[in-house]
Amino acid sequence: MANSMIERAAAATPSVTARRIRGLSDRAIAWIFVAPTIFLLLAVNIFPLIWTIRLSFTNFRANRPNAEVEWVGLRNYQRILTDADIWATMQATAHFLLWTIFFQVLIGFALAWLINRKFRGNDLWTTIIVLPMMLSPAVVGNFWTFLYQPQIGLFNYTVAFLTGADPTSFSMIGDVALAPWSIVIVDTWMWTPFVMLICLAGLRSIPDSIYEAAECDRASNWRQFWTITIPMTLPFLMLAVLFRGIENFKMFDLVVQLTGGGPGSTTELTSINLKREAFEKWRTGYASAYAIILFVTVFGLASIYVKALNKVKER
Amino acid sequence: MSAFSVTNVSPGQKWIAGILVAGYALITILPLVWIVATGFKSSADSIAYPPTLLFEPTLEGYVNLFTTQTRQSPEVLAANPPQTWYDGIVHERGLVIAGPSRFGERFMNSVIIGFGSTFLSVFLGTLAAYAFSRFKVPLKDDLLFFVLSTRMMPPIAVAIPVFLMFRSLGLNDTHAGMILLYTAVNLSLAVWLLKGFIDEIPLEYEEAALIDGYTRLQAFYKVVLPQAATGIASTAIFCLIFAWNEYAFAVLLTSGTAQTAPPFIPTIIGVGGQDWPAVAAGATIFLLPVMVFTILLRKHLLRGITFGAVRK
Repeated sequence: MANSMIERAAAATPSVTARRIRGLSDRAIAWIFVAPTIFLLLAVNIFPLIWTIRLSFTNFRANRPNAEVEWVGLRNYQRILTDADIWATMQATAHFLLWTIFFQVLIGFALAWLINRKFRGNDLWTTIIVLPMMLSPAVVGNFWTFLYQPQIGLFNYTVAFLTGADPTSFSMIGDVALAPWSIVIVDTWMWTPFVMLICLAGLRSIPDSIYEAAECDRASNWRQFWTITIPMTLPFLMLAVLFRGIENFKMFDLVVQLTGGGPGSTTELTSINLKREAFEKWRTGYASAYAIILFVTVFGLASIYVKALNKVKER
Repeated sequence: MSAFSVTNVSPGQKWIAGILVAGYALITILPLVWIVATGFKSSADSIAYPPTLLFEPTLEGYVNLFTTQTRQSPEVLAANPPQTWYDGIVHERGLVIAGPSRFGERFMNSVIIGFGSTFLSVFLGTLAAYAFSRFKVPLKDDLLFFVLSTRMMPPIAVAIPVFLMFRSLGLNDTHAGMILLYTAVNLSLAVWLLKGFIDEIPLEYEEAALIDGYTRLQAFYKVVLPQAATGIASTAIFCLIFAWNEYAFAVLLTSGTAQTAPPFIPTIIGVGGQDWPAVAAGATIFLLPVMVFTILLRKHLLRGITFGAVRK
């Protein structure tokens, strides 16, 4: 057999020569290819994470590198978890998170459902709708402060035009009651297309034959929607919520440019609060503990959620 | 056949759906149109009430964006007639151009850091993705999850130790430091996306090449890479857009020499607050390339933004 002859020849060839002829072994290639990535991730992600954990037990301050560093044990953690201000920022974050997800899922799904009617030109409109999502949140957020200006701002003018209210009578980012909504509006404007695209993929994954079968069974449209469309797009919808949840929990750039956390601390999301502690008050040790708490929170919530998602997928 | 069939959409329904979607699209694009329009307004037009839809376009905003100006007495202005069209725009307001602004520099920083980190993360990402896709790497699933979980940290939390690390290595406010950081952040995205693209290339191509006497490396280079070209290109665009848009690290870790455009554009000020036409001009120049890339990428968009979790 030719095969066994090759094998015999291969076995007879000294391994050094074989390697020279065949090039590197697969194993060697695998390691050479993966190593730089692992090294870089260790250096820029894991090493700093371990460093953060260590700092979180100290009273280190980055603006006084030569001061003596004291080991404070769990005191930083204790202070953060009992700090009323931090619970207030957590509440602001929760408000932002829940309402942005609510609006984005609602509008995003509705848009996807409409686009799935396959009317002419839907590609063009989809591309236009997607644009805001890809742009720099800081630059766009900064420009929204212009749109939100009382009187001259386009947003205020449009609202006034539609409702008849006085455009100078309200300031979206200056008013304590309106500011939390101002960030919800801009985030929804920016990220609804994200949910829309994922929902669209979900809707398009449903084979026509299922609907046709349902129609043969004379299932009403309403019933088809709730027993076919919704359950079959649910995994996609949940994935979209997961992504938006993680992203908005980390939210910094857009909101810091829009409101800077104000007025007062009504829109001070956790990331903004953390930045203040770490880079304005320079309480590095305290901020490190804060960062670890946030990381554990996201990681924990995301893991639970992914488990739920996998269950839905299995159904 | 019912009136609202999903598989057989009636023309009337298509019309209604089309009008609703087009309406949403027009509303959602309005802020972007406003940015572009404001860039061509005079400062008086930009803050006019009611907001002006029709105005005489001027390049004042763009001139303000790229230059710094000083006020001069009428005699000096009369003695120095404008040499160029942009001198003329400035002269009309009793100013002369004192020199270039920082915008050009900041924009170039964005280009250098964006392309540098994109090249590195796609290069390293392709190698790692190929290994993950084709070989048995020990702890493969753990490694892939680890790669992804690095994206769960809020950037500010990552910035604390990175700031300290960069300070002791002298990397704060340097191009090299920012390229390294963005590469590390983008690498997780690059590996995930590229693994998906390489998984889709049939193994048979490589096996055929190996039988033809190619080494593994040659097969990778001559067979897999050309097949993955579209995937590599779209991954590169995603990495570039991320680095281009990134703000949190840039604002915390750069201040002077290596500052990119996103932290800079909001600081463009004129007399009495932000110079909106100049800000809008800067935003237009900065956002336009991303809009073009988005249109080019539209087929792979979903895959990129979901880390390859959803493939169409």
